[in-house]
Amino acid sequence: MPVIDFANPTRILNVVNRVLPWLITATLILFVIGLYRVMNAPDDYQQGATVKIMFLHVPAAWLGMFGWGLMSIAALGTLVWRHPLADVAGKAAAPIGTVFTLICLVTGSLWGRPTWGTYWVWDARLTSMLVLLLLYLGVLALYWTAEDPGRGARAAAVLSLVGAVNLPIIKFSVDWWNTLHQPASVFRMGGSSIDPALLTPLLIMALAFTLLFLTLHLAVIRNEILRRRVRSMRLLQAQKLAEASA
Amino acid sequence: MSAFASLLRRDMRLSVRVGGGALMGALFFLVVVSMIPFAIGPDLALLARIGPAILWLGALLASLLALDRLFATDYEDGSLDLLMMGGMPLELAVATKAIAHWITTGLPLVIIAPLLGLMLNVDLHALGWLALTLAAGTPALTFLGLIGAALSVALRRGGLLLAVLVLPLTVPVLIFGVAATNAAIVGSAPFGPPFTILCALSLVSLVLGPIAAAAVLRHGLE
Amino acid sequence: MNLGPHADFIIAAYAVTIFVIATLIAWVVLDYSAQQRILGDLEKRGITRRSQRKS
Repeated sequence: MPVIDFANPTRILNVVNRVLPWLITATLILFVIGLYRVMNAPDDYQQGATVKIMFLHVPAAWLGMFGWGLMSIAALGTLVWRHPLADVAGKAAAPIGTVFTLICLVTGSLWGRPTWGTYWVWDARLTSMLVLLLLYLGVLALYWTAEDPGRGARAAAVLSLVGAVNLPIIKFSVDWWNTLHQPASVFRMGGSSIDPALLTPLLIMALAFTLLFLTLHLAVIRNEILRRRVRSMRLLQAQKLAEASA
Repeated sequence: MSAFASLLRRDMRLSVRVGGGALMGALFFLVVVSMIPFAIGPDLALLARIGPAILWLGALLASLLALDRLFATDYEDGSLDLLMMGGMPLELAVATKAIAHWITTGLPLVIIAPLLGLMLNVDLHALGWLALTLAAGTPALTFLGLIGAALSVALRRGGLLLAVLVLPLTVPVLIFGVAATNAAIVGSAPFGPPFTILCALSLVSLVLGPIAAAAVLRHGLE
Repeated sequence: MNLGPHADFIIAAYAVTIFVIATLIAWVVLDYSAQQRILGDLEKRGITRRSQRKS
């Protein structure tokens, strides 16, 4: 299929309808394997069983950031290459990315309570993810509440790109800020070199969540194409009625 | 007179007139900073400690409120369309409006900040440094807010949307601005690094803001 | 499976994740059926897209 075919909504719908069942199956299989490995994963020597929260928290963080990356690429497609369906891809990624960022923050908070003694701390990574959530909510507001979907999408595309540029800056500045105010207690996160017994379940769960993201992304793209179809048909109907009564 | 200069003069004139909102921002700043001690209590030591943060937050909020009308009035009377169709590149026109906005709205904030700092018991010698950091940082607030202002006029939404969109982007400016001011007051950390980063943020937003705002106006208003 | 002294937090984390993702999936599925229903409704009333009329 030449690339230009990806500009045709009907083609996209056909592709999604064919691919989606396979993706759903693959996602389910990976989650079954992943959860089995998670249940049998050893306890961390410092944190005990609470390390099992990591298998949710870390993939959620990765996918929250991945979602913004997807939106930025889609934004380039909308603004630079004028691809007709790029804004659909961007709009579809926004709610999924928001959900994963939210999961990251909540599971992180629940992980923090037993390990650090507090639900929240102004750690650089936590704060950056919080700002990411706020940016996501802003983009959601633009994509999903504009009366004209095309116009809202273009505005959201600009904000996605501005956010993409600003996210490293925010990350850097929050890092700086966190080192200015030293945390009250110095803690270690169990080391960056993760034992393979924990690394493998983590990677499997990450893959499972990624497939979940892609599945949901395609499903929301399909819904959005249908929604636009409904809108154009209603506009057509209204136009005909206006002509008939004129 | 060049197009840049005439647009600059026009915007500055309009904003100092009645309904322009030039000094309203400074007044809002004054009011907000006056309310804080009512909420926190008259503990002078505490106020001195958080004074810089309060002043920065007040400046941020005052800038945001004034940005609402940056494009709104032009959109309403059609001059925004003229600017978009005119010979001047849209990015430059938008940047010119932002510069005018900063001169009439941001600069008064910088000027009255030392006075408000006195009310918050900030050290006298630090007031000058405070004004300097605000002078370096408020342009960043204006130029980043430009993007929100363009978004809210392109989508015909109210001011709260602008605040929601712009505030996360201004987090680095706030962090480094307060860090620089605290460094000047307490003296434990060097003033240079956060201040130069603050200047860098302003310069980056000087470029990024108009480009993004122009893109929003072009794509959103077609 | 022994989850140790902090079992509540681990269970809460998994519960929240499952709940939130289930809500997302539910939204996607319900939205799909709603759009399909509206499209079927419109087609029944004789309103079609321009490209459909050619086929």
